[in-house]
Amino acid sequence: MEVLRKSRSEVRAAVMDDYSRRCAGFSWGEARGWLDGLPGGAGLNIAHEAVDRHATGTQGERTALRWLGKQGRQRDISYRELASLSSRFANVLGELGVPPGAGVFLLAGRIPELYVAVLGALKHTAVVTPLFSAFGPEPIVTRMTLGEGRVLVTTASLYRRKIAPIRDRLGALEHVLVVRDDDGELPEDTHDLVARLDAASDVYTIPATDDETPALLHFTSGTTGKPKGALHVHQAVVAHYATARFALDLRPEDIYWCTADPGWVTGTSYGIIAPLCIGATLVVDEAEFDAEHWYDVLESEGVTVWYTAPTAIRMMMRGGSERARSRRYPALRFIASVGEPLNPQAVHWGVEAFGLPIHDNWWQTETGGIMIANFASLDIRPGAMGKPLPGIQAGVLRHLPDGGVEEVTRYGEEGELALRVGWPSMFRTYLNEDARYRRCFVDGWYLTGDLVRRDPEDYYWFVGRADDMIKSAGHLIGPFEVESALMEHPAVAEVGVIGKPDPVIGEIVKAFVALKPGFVSDESLRRELLGFARRRLGPAVAPKEIDIQSSLPRTRSGKIMRRLLKARELGLPEGDTSTLESAR
Amino acid sequence: MAELSRETIRDTAIDCILSVAPEAEIDRLRHDRPWREQLEVDSFDFLNVLVALETRLGVSVPEGDYHELTTLDGLVAYLEARLAETPP
Repeated sequence: MEVLRKSRSEVRAAVMDDYSRRCAGFSWGEARGWLDGLPGGAGLNIAHEAVDRHATGTQGERTALRWLGKQGRQRDISYRELASLSSRFANVLGELGVPPGAGVFLLAGRIPELYVAVLGALKHTAVVTPLFSAFGPEPIVTRMTLGEGRVLVTTASLYRRKIAPIRDRLGALEHVLVVRDDDGELPEDTHDLVARLDAASDVYTIPATDDETPALLHFTSGTTGKPKGALHVHQAVVAHYATARFALDLRPEDIYWCTADPGWVTGTSYGIIAPLCIGATLVVDEAEFDAEHWYDVLESEGVTVWYTAPTAIRMMMRGGSERARSRRYPALRFIASVGEPLNPQAVHWGVEAFGLPIHDNWWQTETGGIMIANFASLDIRPGAMGKPLPGIQAGVLRHLPDGGVEEVTRYGEEGELALRVGWPSMFRTYLNEDARYRRCFVDGWYLTGDLVRRDPEDYYWFVGRADDMIKSAGHLIGPFEVESALMEHPAVAEVGVIGKPDPVIGEIVKAFVALKPGFVSDESLRRELLGFARRRLGPAVAPKEIDIQSSLPRTRSGKIMRRLLKARELGLPEGDTSTLESAR
Repeated sequence: MAELSRETIRDTAIDCILSVAPEAEIDRLRHDRPWREQLEVDSFDFLNVLVALETRLGVSVPEGDYHELTTLDGLVAYLEARLAETPP
């Protein structure tokens, strides 16, 4: 098997220079000792570890966040300033009477106020949920209802476009804080966030925060039913900090760029919390993906550690490596990728374009932090997910008829990836759905729903999902959420939604639709359905393709057979769906 | 290909956008701002718009030229210039 070897100097230079020794001697208790804790032994609060502890003395003058705005604007925020701004935000919540534990939602592009609000809300021990700004109204209503969002931080233009039309459906929502980004008036029944911040005190004492205090609520899609709210607690910061050192080789002197949007878990855990806890400088780029612009950012900002995603890498690959190679990246030291398996060609392309291989790693919303990774000090097996982090025990499980599980012992045998419970950033529940939460655990294992194989060197290889979930551009999309939206259209009788393989974004969301009597399938109806879905779901969740058929295959019990739709789409014989069968 | 008027090129470009994002309210587009952002056309959608443009107009856009397509006027001007350089 092909292996990308690391030199002895590369190994010695890594934060974790001896993987086996680190694993053997590691405990999460030790990792907790790497953090400061709140003054006076008042517990552990993510925002204190991320910001306040770096905010004093000369350290406080260092740049915490370098914001690159869409119109070429730039704003540097020091650790001291970020501590002050986030304290102001915490005070604004206090002035509004927002109690600890309340749901604070964010819907905004990558603007500085988003970062201030996340950290300020964590100081106030509110529960933070960033939403992706490309969500349409339906995903927003679903998530804000499940998460009982009492506060929403957004921009005036997003408010007008996405929130105002649905505000009466957001029953728990009490306060909307708006960043004014257009020339219009302040929308009715909202607060001007920047004015409130200016008027608030920048002195805020973080309340005593227990390790198990809820901190972050991230939504993830389910194959049936509504999205699930995975709840994480302040103790997760122990894993954020340790895994950023181990898997991203991150250090205080780094200029670090995580390209994920905070609307997804990567953009929060590793786009806000982990790098700030380390004390690094975080580059935040407001603009959407553009290969040329990204090469510019890497070069001109002197990025040293870059955490990105396969979809972006494959989009860059389309343009060839010449454009990347026409620049110089002397500062760049480490590249990592997450979201879906990184194909071997992409690992090699990193060497060709940047002189560095790309280190794939694996984790999920539920795990809160990186669990399996290709490390700076270990050889890379292109196409592999990597090896478990120190403190993480992974296993490949076979399901038994009695509902139990057993570990697969033979190398190369396929099974479900599982993790021994007990790491700090493990989700603590699915909000209000404890039964669904408990179903994720068997015999002390957390079941990930991903099928894998393990090779004799203990590298894990991704095989596929054990369910119907769709992985598009690195994001999990539940077919049910898409089907439900399309079912609302008067012409639609039935819908089945699948992930159709795509060379660039992994899978695209594809919907098969059967019409009610009296409706005729034509291009104008196809467009109408596409537009209907995009308006409701937003481009991040809506189908990219819609295929109108006379009827859809169903099981005897009446369920649409997504697997058969997928087999047909892939050109497999209809009777042979064995390769698509679930392992469960 | 016979010479196309600016209006025809514009209408074709808009139809290519609508084939990918049919819900787009083209009439409400602000011409001084990037159209992709206003219409919520993501990177994947954008590539599909380019595929549609190539099919309809025979113009393939290299990645290095993407920055010229930021506004709708820029997109139309770019297509016009590219079509003009192609021999009839």
